[in-house]
Amino acid sequence: MGILDFLRRKPEATATVARERLRIIVAQERSTRGAPDYLPMMRNELLEVIKKYVHVDIEDININVERGADHEILELSVTLSGGPEPKPGKAQTGGKSGKAGRTAKVS
Amino acid sequence: MTAEIIVVTSGKGGVGKTTTSASLATGLAMAGKKVAVIDFDVGLRNLDLIMGCERRVVYDFVNVVHGESTLKQSLIRDKRYDNLYVLAASQTRDKEALNQEGVEKVLDGLSAEGFEYVVCDSPAGIEKGAHLAMYFADQAVVVVNPEVSSVRDSDRILGLLASKTRRAERGGEPVTQHLLLTRYNAHRVAIGEMLSVKDVEEILGISVIGVIPESANVLTASNNGIPVIVDAESQAGQAYSDTVARILGEERSLRFIDVPKKGFLQRVFGG
Repeated sequence: MGILDFLRRKPEATATVARERLRIIVAQERSTRGAPDYLPMMRNELLEVIKKYVHVDIEDININVERGADHEILELSVTLSGGPEPKPGKAQTGGKSGKAGRTAKVS
Repeated sequence: MTAEIIVVTSGKGGVGKTTTSASLATGLAMAGKKVAVIDFDVGLRNLDLIMGCERRVVYDFVNVVHGESTLKQSLIRDKRYDNLYVLAASQTRDKEALNQEGVEKVLDGLSAEGFEYVVCDSPAGIEKGAHLAMYFADQAVVVVNPEVSSVRDSDRILGLLASKTRRAERGGEPVTQHLLLTRYNAHRVAIGEMLSVKDVEEILGISVIGVIPESANVLTASNNGIPVIVDAESQAGQAYSDTVARILGEERSLRFIDVPKKGFLQRVFGG
C-alpha cells in the first residue's frame, strides 16, 4: 500500500460487514428451508395474540421445525424485552430481557 | 445417448447468466462437443443478441413445444461453430407458454439428434421459467456476483436445486452444483470493498468452478454479438475457457483473482 493509499484509507472494510450479515441471514434461511409454508403466517398470527399481552416485535418470535426420524419438533421461542405491556398483569415481563422457550411436539 | 443438461441460473437478475450461457455453450463447442443453448426467458428473449443470431430467429422454443415447428427448423446454427446451435426464447407474454412435458420433449429430441450438451439459460427469479430451466438439469452453474443480494439469492437457488429438480425427486444422484463468481474485481477485494472468493465459498459452502473478472471486454463482446469466450485476448474470455475446461474435468488453477504486483514507484506513491 502506497503513502497516498495510506492517507486516504477508510477505517472499515465493508466486505467484512457484508460477510457477517450474509453468514447470519444464510444460516437463518437454511434453517427454515423446506419448512411448511404456513410458518410465516402462523408467526404473524402468534404475534397478534402475544401482542395483546406483551410488547413484542416480529423479530422477537422465532419458529423452527426440526425433523427427527419419526417425528417433527415445532419450536417456538419468544424473546421478551423490557418494554411496557399494553395490558398489565396478564403476562410476565421482567426489567431485563429473557427468553421464554416452549416446545410443542407435532407428529 | 443422452445429452448432459447444464442449467445456468442465479435467482437474481443482471449477474451474467446469459453472458455465461453463451460463453459456456460456445466453449463446449470449441472443445468439439455438439451443443445446443436454450433461452428459457420467455417474453424477454436476449440470448440471441448475445450469440449474435437475433436476425435469424424464425421459430423459437415455444413454437417447438407447441408443435408449430420442428426442432430442426427452430435450431439456429452458430456462424462460427457448426456444432453449436441456439434455440431462442419466444417473445410471447404468455407465461404458461412452456410446460414440463413440452420441455422434456425438446430435451429428448436434442438427445436423439446427437447433442452432447444442452445449456439452459434460466430467467431470473424463482418462478415457472426458472423452475423449468433447472428441472431436468444434470449439472447447474449458479452465477453469483460478490455482492450481498446475489449471494443470498444464490443460496436460495442452491436449495431449490437440491429439492425441486427431477434428480431430487427421483432421489438418485443429485444435480452437480457449480458456483461461478462473475464481475470479480481483485483490486476492490484487496482493499476490503468486495467479498473475496473465499468469503463467498465459505458463506455458501461450495467451492467455485471459475472466477470471471469484471472486464470491459464483456460489454464489447455483447455489443458485437460475439460471446466473450471467443475473445482469447481478454481476461474474461480466458477465465471462461478455464471454466469450460474444468466442467470437462480438467484441473486448472484460478487466474485473475489477485491484484498484479506493483513496481517500486507504484508501491511508494500508490495508484
